[in-house]
Amino acid sequence: MLGYMTRRVLIMVPTLFVISIISFAIIQLPPGDYLTTMVAEMEAQGNEIDEAQLDALRERYGLGESFFTQYYRWITNVVFHLDFGHSFDWNRPVSGLVGDRLALTVGLSIATILFIWIVAFPIGVYSAMRQHSVGDYAFTMVGFIGLAVPNFMIALVLMWIGLRYFGQSPGGIVSPEYADAAWNLGKVLDVLGHLWVPIVVWGTAGTAGLIRILRNNLLDELRKPYVVAARARGVPETRLTVKYPLRVALNPFFSTIGWILASLIGADAIVSRVLNLDTTGPLLLRALMAQDMYLAGSLILISAVLVVLGTLLSDLLLGWLDPRVRFRYGR
Amino acid sequence: MQPTHPYPAAPQTSVAAEPGPPAPGEPLLRIEDLRTHFFTDEGVVKAVDGMDLTVPSGKTVCVVGESGCGKSITARSILQLVDQPGRIVGGAVYWRSGTRPWTDLATLDATGEEIRQIRGDEIGMVFQEPMASLSPMYTVGAQLSETLRLHRGLNKAEAREKGIELLRRVGIPRPERRFDSYSFQLSGGMCQRVMIAIALSCDPALLIADEPTTALDVTTQARIIDLLKNLQEQNGMAMVFITHDLGVVAEIADEVTVMYLGTVAEHGTVDEIFGNPKHPYTRALLSSIPTMRGVRSGGSARQRLTAIRGMVPHPQNRPTGCPFHTRCELAIPGTCDTEAPPVARFDSAGHLAYCHLFTEPAERRELHTQATPSAPVSVIEPEVAVIEPDHEPEQHEPDHETHPRTPARSQGQPLLDVQDLTMHFPLRTGLSRRARTVVRAVDGVDLTIHPGETLGLVGESGCGKTTLGRCIARLLEPTSGHIYYRTDDGDQVDLTRLRRRELHAYRQQIRVIFQDPYSSLNPRMTLGQIIGEPLRVNRLARGSELEDRVADMLSRVGLRPEYIRRYPHAFSGGERQRINIARALVTNPRLVIADEAVSALDVSVRAQILNLLVDLQAELDLTYLFVSHDLSVVEHISDRVTVMYLGNVVESADTSDLYRQPHHPYTEALMSAVPLPDPGLRTARHRTQIPDDLPDPTNPPPGCPFHPRCPHVRPDRCRAEIPELRRTGDQRLAACHHSESLTLTGVS
Repeated sequence: MLGYMTRRVLIMVPTLFVISIISFAIIQLPPGDYLTTMVAEMEAQGNEIDEAQLDALRERYGLGESFFTQYYRWITNVVFHLDFGHSFDWNRPVSGLVGDRLALTVGLSIATILFIWIVAFPIGVYSAMRQHSVGDYAFTMVGFIGLAVPNFMIALVLMWIGLRYFGQSPGGIVSPEYADAAWNLGKVLDVLGHLWVPIVVWGTAGTAGLIRILRNNLLDELRKPYVVAARARGVPETRLTVKYPLRVALNPFFSTIGWILASLIGADAIVSRVLNLDTTGPLLLRALMAQDMYLAGSLILISAVLVVLGTLLSDLLLGWLDPRVRFRYGR
Repeated sequence: MQPTHPYPAAPQTSVAAEPGPPAPGEPLLRIEDLRTHFFTDEGVVKAVDGMDLTVPSGKTVCVVGESGCGKSITARSILQLVDQPGRIVGGAVYWRSGTRPWTDLATLDATGEEIRQIRGDEIGMVFQEPMASLSPMYTVGAQLSETLRLHRGLNKAEAREKGIELLRRVGIPRPERRFDSYSFQLSGGMCQRVMIAIALSCDPALLIADEPTTALDVTTQARIIDLLKNLQEQNGMAMVFITHDLGVVAEIADEVTVMYLGTVAEHGTVDEIFGNPKHPYTRALLSSIPTMRGVRSGGSARQRLTAIRGMVPHPQNRPTGCPFHTRCELAIPGTCDTEAPPVARFDSAGHLAYCHLFTEPAERRELHTQATPSAPVSVIEPEVAVIEPDHEPEQHEPDHETHPRTPARSQGQPLLDVQDLTMHFPLRTGLSRRARTVVRAVDGVDLTIHPGETLGLVGESGCGKTTLGRCIARLLEPTSGHIYYRTDDGDQVDLTRLRRRELHAYRQQIRVIFQDPYSSLNPRMTLGQIIGEPLRVNRLARGSELEDRVADMLSRVGLRPEYIRRYPHAFSGGERQRINIARALVTNPRLVIADEAVSALDVSVRAQILNLLVDLQAELDLTYLFVSHDLSVVEHISDRVTVMYLGNVVESADTSDLYRQPHHPYTEALMSAVPLPDPGLRTARHRTQIPDDLPDPTNPPPGCPFHPRCPHVRPDRCRAEIPELRRTGDQRLAACHHSESLTLTGVS
């Protein structure tokens, strides 16, 4: 297990390195550099340009130097000082801009994965154990609807339901009346009341997919010789199902963490806009449209790192769960 | 066998058993008129339809028949282990053991507590695929303990102790360590031992073994069979042994039930079934297997096998009347195809067959007079060679074609001359995934094949025989060495030195027949496209000429030319193998490499294909390299045989010489492991036991690669010096230091 873990962790290093280079290359893509943009901006506004300040910035980012020197300065600042550079669109440090939003995004992602697991697990098991039953077909149909309907559409419908039947203010994560209030039970409940909408919206497609995967995997496993063999030595039916086929069929629960994280962090822009959520998605969209390259590059870097971390997490969980994974790489 | 350790007696729970355990020989299990049907979308499949079976206490009953005859379903029905959509729809499975009076297992709830108590406790079960029968998610020890804890109420530590004891008993070395291994860390043979340990953990009164050795190598098979026999002697348990291999039956059975299409064809003691078979199906089965009789009787002519025509019909298209009448040579029109056959009983109480031949009125039986129970069976149908040691094959000679063994090797130049061929596969392990070790699949092999001969290539799985075949066909790029091929004009070409483009010409002349008739044919192509492809890509023929040649080839391999537009899924395994052969032969090759070409086929179909290969060889002047793990098939078809072990040739000789007296201990071990379909030889044969695990091919042992398993190993050179392949007699080569001083036994 130790060898397997070491390998998984070590393999992250080159991956992250390549990701950071690509992110930085994206930052560097537009013609000119950060300073020329800033100078142009200030001149357009008729501001004085402080040469000393310019020199300090030039020094700070290593502008005019080779790509790799600039990259080196950028990445060391990122790694050692969490300084991702400056967003000229917002005229604020990137780290400050991203911090809150990232917390919300990661929090929502984790909540969504938990939601997917909690919903997909019993339904998947039920559908496999009662294959071709009415319930199986009903869940299959709901699942396909979840897969087929665009997320923003579901978001709109859920918001309408929230407003119409529960009297909730649409969008955001907190109602206006609590916006500036200190944290108390009412505010917590209000936040939870708002959060379920994005979680359900993001969760539908993943849940539907995972139900199908779990159902099919479990159906395959239920027919494996080792199930018959276990039955033949008198293992009671429920215990048999949980212990043998179900445990193998659980693999996708963990192996999907990586890609579910990726799809949530990257592709939530539209839903976040619809729901008026301050996640990283809309920020990235705006940064790209405004050619705010330090912000865009940083967001890409952070998202990619999170995906890599998610993959690592799922690999480690798989290794813990499945001895075949553990031993095949453990040698 | 490992030395067996005294086995602690199971706690005797039956203190005051009223009926008492059945005495040895008393029936323990009685299956009566069992019907297990599968309710599929296409209709009802009557997999088992009126099966009877009685298992006496302490005896072994073999159930034998071809695939699709319902053997496994019968075995699974006993414990109600039939998967959906299968269901027991009729009949009874009476069981008694210990305190239990006769219980009909078929009426119990399949998921209920009662049958669960019997499974694994009173009746143990072993399956065909040992690897897949163990869950990879838990250690083998955990799965072994599970049974003990369920049925014996042991705690974890006790179960571990008992489990290790059981593993030792089934001959697993270092059981303390193996207990914590996972199934994928063990070999197939080891996994099967674990399965046997699980099945035996609660001292069952009956063990059901469903093709337990089919997936194993012949050496491993011999050890598992011996193990089962020994365990049975110690425990006094009864066994139901399902197999399609008549050799295994002769080795282990007390009684035999021959099954055909879900019902009994014949039942008798093992001596009755082999010595005096009554049912035409039993006789046909016995005569369709190569028996190595050519060697044992000193015959030098290759006999044709008697194939059963056609194949086992799908149970959905079950014929009316006698299920076998569609393939039976002796079917009586008007009777066999309309009426279900009555039971005919013979001399001894137990011997019976379901066949009209024995109850037909005398006048209608005229034609079949010889078929009366007392008459010798061999006369009933000249082709039916009966397995009786005193029969000489010459008796049948006028009735079938014989092919004299070609003495081709002595004259002229070899067609193929392989010199020092190696094929190494790098094995990527460790943190860096760099290739640190190599598997020496083929490690310096010399081989010659002469025009017109059939060279058999045998060895256990993992010995490199398939890799060697693929190297010769240049499907693999050998690491080093030479493959000299003599062209039509007499030039010698080294195939290893040729580039892809230059190889084209030789790809038409050297062709391969693959093992798996199912996966080796592209399901999206018609027969015309599959068989015509080699002609098209090599630009040998186009358009109507191509079609003509494909159609001609189809009829040569015994398929109708009209099939040219059909897809492979419409064909059975045997027919697919004919398609495979047609594809190999359509380019008019000179050398054909048959890689386990008949291994996946049932015995009756295998006989058809072997006959076809022999016919085509004579017709088309072919040279065969016949790669197989099956020594009896190789004996039947080959002129010369080469034996491989761990990537090396260890022995090479003319077939009859080799089988009469091998010069290498490995060959002897292989031969003694082959179960011969003759129960009379069971006790007479001296068994050479070798450990059943091949050494790690990445780290072959020093000295002679066979020395860790060799029963004749001597302390002097075997462990230090690698033996050269050297001449040990007329036309004989062997790689053993002590060939001359050893007197090894072949198939005697």
